Amino acid sequence: MEEYLKIEREKEWRVELRTKLKNKERTTIERVQMPGLDPIERIQYQDREVNLGLDEASAITEASRCMDCVNPTCIEGCPVSINIPKFIKNIERGEMHEAAKTLKETSALPAVCGRVCPQEKQCEAQCFYTLKLKKEPVAIGYLERFAADFEQNSGSISVPETAEKNNIKVAAIGSGPASLSFAGDMAKLGYDVTVFEALHEVGGVLKYGIPEFRLPNRVVDVELASLEKMGVKFERNFIVGRTASFDDLKEEGFHAFFVASGAGLPRFMNIPGENFNGILSSNEYLTRVNLMNAAKSEFDTPVLRGKNIAVIGGGNTAMDSVRTAKRLGAERAMIVYRRSREEMPARVEEVLHAEEEGIEFLNLNNPIEYFADENGRVNRMRLQKMELGEPDASGRRRPVVVEGSEYDIPVDVVVVAIGVSPNPLVPSELPELKVSRWGTIEVDPETMQSSIPDLFAGGDIVRGGATVILAMGDGRKAAAGMHQYLQTKQNNLVSEPSAIKNAD
Amino acid sequence: MYQIVQKEQFSEKVVKLVVHAPRIARSRKPGHFIILRIDEQGERIPLTIAQADKGAGTISLVVQKVGISSTRLCEMNPGDQILDLVGPLGKATHIHKVGTVLACGGGVGIAPLLPIVEGFKKAGNRVVTVLAARSKDLIILEKEIRQWSDEVIIMTDDGSYGNKGLVTTGAEQVIQREQVDECIAIGPAVMMKFTALLTQKYNIPTQASLNAIMVDGTGMCGACRASVGGETKFTCIDGPEFNAHQIDFDELILRLGGYKNEEKEAWERVIG
Ligand SMILES: Cc1cc2nc3c(=O)[nH]c(=O)nc-3n(C[C@H](O)[C@H](O)[C@H](O)COP(=O)(O)OP(=O)(O)OC[C@H]3O[C@@H](n4cnc5c(N)ncnc54)[C@H](O)[C@@H]3O)c2cc1C
Ligand code: FES
Repeated sequence: MEEYLKIEREKEWRVELRTKLKNKERTTIERVQMPGLDPIERIQYQDREVNLGLDEASAITEASRCMDCVNPTCIEGCPVSINIPKFIKNIERGEMHEAAKTLKETSALPAVCGRVCPQEKQCEAQCFYTLKLKKEPVAIGYLERFAADFEQNSGSISVPETAEKNNIKVAAIGSGPASLSFAGDMAKLGYDVTVFEALHEVGGVLKYGIPEFRLPNRVVDVELASLEKMGVKFERNFIVGRTASFDDLKEEGFHAFFVASGAGLPRFMNIPGENFNGILSSNEYLTRVNLMNAAKSEFDTPVLRGKNIAVIGGGNTAMDSVRTAKRLGAERAMIVYRRSREEMPARVEEVLHAEEEGIEFLNLNNPIEYFADENGRVNRMRLQKMELGEPDASGRRRPVVVEGSEYDIPVDVVVVAIGVSPNPLVPSELPELKVSRWGTIEVDPETMQSSIPDLFAGGDIVRGGATVILAMGDGRKAAAGMHQYLQTKQNNLVSEPSAIKNAD
Repeated sequence: MYQIVQKEQFSEKVVKLVVHAPRIARSRKPGHFIILRIDEQGERIPLTIAQADKGAGTISLVVQKVGISSTRLCEMNPGDQILDLVGPLGKATHIHKVGTVLACGGGVGIAPLLPIVEGFKKAGNRVVTVLAARSKDLIILEKEIRQWSDEVIIMTDDGSYGNKGLVTTGAEQVIQREQVDECIAIGPAVMMKFTALLTQKYNIPTQASLNAIMVDGTGMCGACRASVGGETKFTCIDGPEFNAHQIDFDELILRLGGYKNEEKEAWERVIG
């Protein structure tokens, strides 16, 4: 790895580019600002992307801030080790397609990750500017999005080359980022890949969860189309374990499975009144709006609207919900979070955008009870103030109750966004599968192989609610692990070669 | 796409649709349901599988016009295609040999009751079924139910068919006359609530199948949550059948009205 990075860094064009500008000059350039829609305007629309993306000139300027460090610490911050300086330097010299190709060496969904990764905690946190110069980091996320969008918009998207078809059927269960990256890698290796999805739409959280104003569906659709071009098949409305069992699929010729069924099960707080009408999970709220188009009048699915909408939680899901509420006309759209802004797990940019859009933050507050009218519709919630105590296991300061601080506020919709548990559908169909106390599937962290040898798993079903990039990284590891496993199995079977290839 | 191959009009508001869905026809068990979406604009509607024919690869669904989507579905015809259909969902009914089973079905609840009655009968039980509806034309699938019941008692609110009275009247007659080992109730929430109260009085284990509001049907959204024994359960993955004596029916009834205003607005939009 280090060797490879060194060789790449010593390529002539990179050496030459480094001499073009002095580092001192590079460090005096201000970090680029992401152009975006005006907050007053954008909250009128559910489906207009807030960030508009960099133009070519500002991308090149931003790219020239990067000093192409000898020791690129940024890469250590990236969960899939993208060769960050190489793609950025390609932008600087105007080779945008090369930049996109570099991203694709390790990342299956760069246009998605450029939009949704928590860069401020990953690559940008390890940038030389952040670590040593105490300046704003190079905008690695913006540049990633720029290069990926450039390729998508150019119309000439490179479809990765695929090896000769080996006619070995493998299945991916779920169609979120983990599965999509798995499918891409397996197709490249020549496998016959089918992705099974329970819902009527492919993409997992990228489609039903993350709103259009943050991640447009078309960005995901381009990636799906390129997988289809590589020969990946998609089966919608198909719940593996239900519509057909694992055994049925084995009989139909599938040799191995990658389970990436996500962490779909929403958690509630189990406080009095939580089942009143008007109180729902963020998954339900976002699914109605994003998957079922409930906000558009020509669609049948309804969504609850209200004047006072409270969203419980401080993660990305909470931000997506509260900003959706604002767009659906809430006068008061509030975040109720039991810690302070500093501990919020949401991406910093989402919190900033929410603030610009007039979202109220009731930080250091926790709901303890709901009240309803005679029809059972919530109309009031009781909050309790919190303060921060000693750090807990996660390193964040633990919220403690301020005694006697209860007060009530009027609400007509409450969205609960306090986290998810692993989807139990697959584990409940496979009693022999080893799962943790929390219901996540246990795997070998290198190969992603589970306690059932022909079953691999990754993404949120293994990690609990995590991130797109980690899910994607798991998909890639699982592809490598499964390939290795199937090859070994095949080699062991040379004496009876029909066993693996012609089972169907 | 899932083709409608046959349609039968049970009453003005209730139809039976036979739909081509071979995989589901093969893997479904009594108690299972499906979720379908007619077209791009449609809602995801949960419907219990009333019958299945493995050979023909079809499942039967009984649909009542209630909201826009179900009305649109009722107006579809043989040859028409349903865009999305997924299943089988939910936990299958726990069918076992217990002795005498009292099966109570109200209105369209008779449809999901049918495979359960069949299951209990095939498992060697004595099955007494009480079918109840507002009037004669709303008693559906009587012939099929009779095929798998030792006795069928019919109750109508207006006395237009069978005996006049509610399901509980018929059920209580049976309970007072013979030993009942298990009861299953499917129908409107109020009907299940009173059946549960009745059987609780006589200490008869009872299951009820909940028709909660749903979106995905895979445990992802929690729209279908219900309080059972003081705990929140997801009807789509923990149910749809629960111990009827532990279900908070009053909460269920309120929750079923959760989108009433939004539904009304949508109607006004469609009717204009
Ligand atoms: C609203 C929201 C916002 C988020 N924002 C961010 C963000 O900004 N940045 C970030 O990095 N992460 C974010 N996340 C987290 C991120 O989306 C997840 O970590 C990631 O999508 C997990 O990917 P996955 O492939 O494991 O599963 P998922 O994307 O959850 O996909 C799983 C799919 O499997 C299907 N499925 C389940 N069981 C079966 C079965 N038996 N058969 C067939 N299909 C099945 C499900 O229907 C689902 O579509 C967000 C999550 C949410 C909900
Ligand atoms: S219908 Fe969504 S969780 Fe049950």
